[in-house]
This record gives sequence, C-alpha cells and structure tokens, in this order.
Amino acid sequence: MQKKFGGSTIMLDRSDINTDEIIPAKYLTEVTKEALKPYMLEDLNLEGFDPQDEKVKSCSVIVSRENFGCGSSREHAPWVFEVNDVHTIIAESYARIFRQNMFNCGMLAIELPKGQIDKLFALGATGDVTLEVDVEAQQLTATAGSQQENFTFEISPFDKALVKAGGWVEFADARY
Amino acid sequence: MGQTTAEKIFAAHLRDEPFPGAKVLDLDRVLCHEITTPVAIADLEWRGKDRVFDNTKIKAVIDHVTPSKDSKTALQAKILRDWAKRHDLADFFDVGRNGVCNALFPEKGYIRPGFTVIMGDSHTCTHGAFGAFAAGVGTTDLEVGILKGVCAFREPKSIRVNLTGSLPPGVFAKDVILFVIGELGVNGATDRVIEFHGPVVNALSMDQRMTLCNMAIEAGGTCGICQPDMTTVDYLWPFIQDEYADKQSALTDFSRWCADEDADYDKVFDLDVSDLEPMVTYDYKPDCVKKVQEMAGTRVDQVYIGSCTNGRIEDLREAAAVLKGRKLADSVRGIVSPATPQIFTQAMSEGLMQVFMDAGFCVTNPTCGACLGMSNGVLAEGEVCAATTNRNFNGRMGKGGMVHLMSPATAAASGVAGVITDAREMMKDTAA
Ligand code: SF4
Repeated sequence: MQKKFGGSTIMLDRSDINTDEIIPAKYLTEVTKEALKPYMLEDLNLEGFDPQDEKVKSCSVIVSRENFGCGSSREHAPWVFEVNDVHTIIAESYARIFRQNMFNCGMLAIELPKGQIDKLFALGATGDVTLEVDVEAQQLTATAGSQQENFTFEISPFDKALVKAGGWVEFADARY
Repeated sequence: MGQTTAEKIFAAHLRDEPFPGAKVLDLDRVLCHEITTPVAIADLEWRGKDRVFDNTKIKAVIDHVTPSKDSKTALQAKILRDWAKRHDLADFFDVGRNGVCNALFPEKGYIRPGFTVIMGDSHTCTHGAFGAFAAGVGTTDLEVGILKGVCAFREPKSIRVNLTGSLPPGVFAKDVILFVIGELGVNGATDRVIEFHGPVVNALSMDQRMTLCNMAIEAGGTCGICQPDMTTVDYLWPFIQDEYADKQSALTDFSRWCADEDADYDKVFDLDVSDLEPMVTYDYKPDCVKKVQEMAGTRVDQVYIGSCTNGRIEDLREAAAVLKGRKLADSVRGIVSPATPQIFTQAMSEGLMQVFMDAGFCVTNPTCGACLGMSNGVLAEGEVCAATTNRNFNGRMGKGGMVHLMSPATAAASGVAGVITDAREMMKDTAA
C-alpha cells in the first residue's frame, strides 16, 4: 500500500546529517519501530534546532542538504521518520544505504539539485512551508503563505515501483 | 572493455533486472547480528513468513552488546538466538564463542573471492578484502535476503586506488585509509566500490586489508575490494583445502575475480605511501584527518583498542609493541577488546594480554563495546578517546564525547603519554 506523502515541512540547513544524529545508538536496543517515536533527530547538531519543538514533532517532510543519512546502516533512521509520519525527505544527495532503506520502506528520498534546494530554503525563510507530492507525475509544489514554487523530480522506475508496492518486502515477495 | 571486480561479481550473480539499472543479485552469504536482525525476524513472523532461504548461507552472531547488559539487550539476543535455533542455523555464535561480526565471519572462512555478501551492518564492506562484493544494508534488505536470498543494487561504479611505494615504519593500513578518506571526503565514494591495487596492498596481510576495506563506508563507499592473490589463498587454505588440489589451483580459480587491466573506473587515485605519516581524525567526521604530529599534545582520557577496524591479532601486536615495558598515564583509562575468541587466545599465548594488563589496561571479552557507545567504555560529556575504531560522529561513544580515530600504535603511545603522540618517537626509544 502506498504511503501518504507531503505535508508540513521543516528545513535542516546542514550537510552530512548522520544516522547517529537521527537516532542515537542507545535506542537501537528497541525491537519495535513504535518505541523509537520520541527520539527523532534527538542528537542533531544544528544551531537553534530543538527536537522537542512542536513544528518538528508534527512535520511530515524534511528538506536538507548533501549526503543526508550517512553513517550506519541502521534502518532505525528511516523508521523513526516513518513512525513520526515523515514519509518524504528532500535533499541534494543521500548516503546509499539510507536512501535504499527509505525506498525499501516505501518512502520517498527525493533528490533535487542545489539551486532548487536553495529555493526551498529561501521559501522556508519567508514562513511555514507545506509541500504537496505527486509521485506519479514526479512533481512537487511548495507553498508558504501566498508564495508557491513548483519542482520536477526524478526517481528511477524501480524506486517508484517500491513506493507503489509499499516497500521491498512486498515487491520481492510477489516476484521471487 | 574489461570489467572491474564488482562488475564481474554482478554479472555472475544477476538473478533479475526488473527495471533497467536495478540489479537483483543472488546472495552467497547473509550475515546477521542482534541489533539489526530482530526487527526483520519480528516482521517476518508478523507476515506469516518466518522462513529462511538457506540455513547454510545465513550466519549469525550476538556481538554488539554481549554479554547482554539489561533486559532490552537480553531480549534482542534472545530473539536472534531463538530464531537461529528454530531454523537450525549451523553457524550461530553466542556468548563465549562470539566476536565482532566483521572480524569473526572472515576468520571462520565464510567469505570467498567472488562472493556476494550482505549484513545489516555498514562495515560489511570489510569482507571485500577477500575480493568479494560485500555491502552493508538496512533491515528490510536483510529481511528479503533472509527470506529470498536476493538483494537489489544499482551496479556500482568503481574508484581505483593505486597504492605505490612502501609503507614507512610506524605507518599502517589505518593511516593509509584515513588519508584516503581525507582525500575522497565522506561522500566521495557514494554508490561506488573502492578497489585497492598496487604493491602496497599486495604486501599487506589479510588483517591489514580488512582494516583498509573496513573504512570504505566512511567515504560513502558500498564496498572496499582487494584483489585475491596468494595471501588470500594462504588465509583461506584451512577452509578450502578439500576443494582444491593445491594452492596454485585455488589461486587460478580466485584470479577470475581480479579486475581486468582495461576496466573502466569512475576515478583513479594514485597514492605513493612512502612519505605518509601516522594520521588521526579531529572533529566529528571521518574525513577530518590530520597528521598525528599536528594533533600532538591533545589530551586523552581513554584509549580504546578493538573493533572490526583494528581489533585483530596484528593490531594487538602493534599496540603491545609500543606498550611493552610502559604504563598508561595516570590520567588515562585503557580498554582493549580482542575482536574474537581466537584472537584473544592467540594474544594470550603470545603474552600480549600480559603486556596490556601490565600497562594498566582493562581487557574485555570480544564485543563491539565502546565502538558504538552501547556498552563497555562509554564516554562522559567532554571526555576524549583515542580509538582504533572507524567512526568519530558526535555522540558515537557517548553523548558529548570526542573520538579521535588512529592506528593501534598511535592509540597505545597516546595512552602512555596522556596526550595524542606519534608512536614512532617511542618506538625509537625502545629500539635504542
Ligand atoms: S566494532 Fe563498531 S563498527 Fe564494527 S561492527 Fe561493531 S559497532 Fe560496528
């Protein structure tokens, strides 16, 4: 089953945000995804960022810079997003394992070139951003107040199939 | 056009290409540990698919927190243990027989040139030292691996790193890989395999090749790969002697995985290591690398010698050579964790453990321990660790702690001095 994408957006203006920052190792002793919920981005090293802030707690989309999700292979990183209903990440680039884990969970790790990410950050500077995602048409619409920006993104046919199937287990189980 | 090692392995294992560029490979090994596997097991149960594709190709170990430290880690261990039993896994390693996954599995002879290997562990790239394609994956990939014996990849391009010259005394594989990561950057090899070539690699032991490949992921690399040669054959010989008439025929067989001379690389990186100096990281990213000399004098509260990067017998020898006849500074706590029981036994028989204990080290059982701050050796806020591990992220070894990555020799010397120190100076004194 395809997940819901888009919604209220937070901006994390830093490159190389790693999996230890997204979900610290001390929580890896949990054996359910739900148990991770309170700890999203707990150790993020970013000035002014408060993981307990209501906007963070209620966001559905994260926009960031290069090499998002680098470090450990822990799928706890996508899971902590998943259980917080953050199903869409938009960044300039990703670490391979994190990116694959997102699509394997049927979630979106969208890549946009730096210039377009800059535009999203500029829009974010004017007010709260809401993002709409059309997976089929590969279109994004970002709205802040009366301003709107449109973007086209690329995902591979395989990634799209994973998103539609709801993840890699569903896809692989039907096929192999 | 010739092929890289990864391209040869991909071609030989291709099961399906559901969409152009999406390669689904048959797996030779699916490796499991207790941190990332239990959720996959629970999900398989929940789906009513609690099965394994082949219980001889799946290997499992409890290594990250062992013996269990609390009820939660005991539950993780129990889930893996019960599952291994339920599916009759012949190769499951529990307390007393367990060691750090990326050190234990190669030592058991499970990895061969040309193999495809996955594990829910980013440092699975270590196994590429044998000329295998070995990639860290998340739990969902692991789950499908367990159930179906396949994993999907984009075919990675390769970066060729030619290491020429010869390593000066006191400079080790760890220094080489730290330097290479400093050059490539933390995402310089993303979606790439790092293929190591040249006389320096040829002269390295399997232990050191594993150190080299272990940190490929710190440059974003999918896998580090060394070319199989007689050193590989010698290491694997106890496990393969029934399969080959002699070592030469094993070598001939393994050589088919070597990259072709005219293979196409994304990038070629030449490094003459003859003037390389001992290296160390500063800050919270593994590509923040400096010469030890430049960081000399930095205070150290703890020394940690162990992990899948540098917890092998040669690493312990290297550190013990510096520590012999010396003591840790009063202000420093030392922890040494041999990566596997076999390494532990060997170190004892060579008298290395006595050297560590005489120097004031605490010796722990084989485990990941302090490396990811989940058990033995967590730092307090503001504390500094000289570590032979592979990751210096903020909070990795405990919230507010700072980890400096370095070779076992540098870590040992820094422990003795109480500040980051170039081991070569001490080794000079020892020689004199
Ligand atoms: S020793 Fe450290 S890097 Fe290696 S597997 Fe264990 S936690 Fe991971």
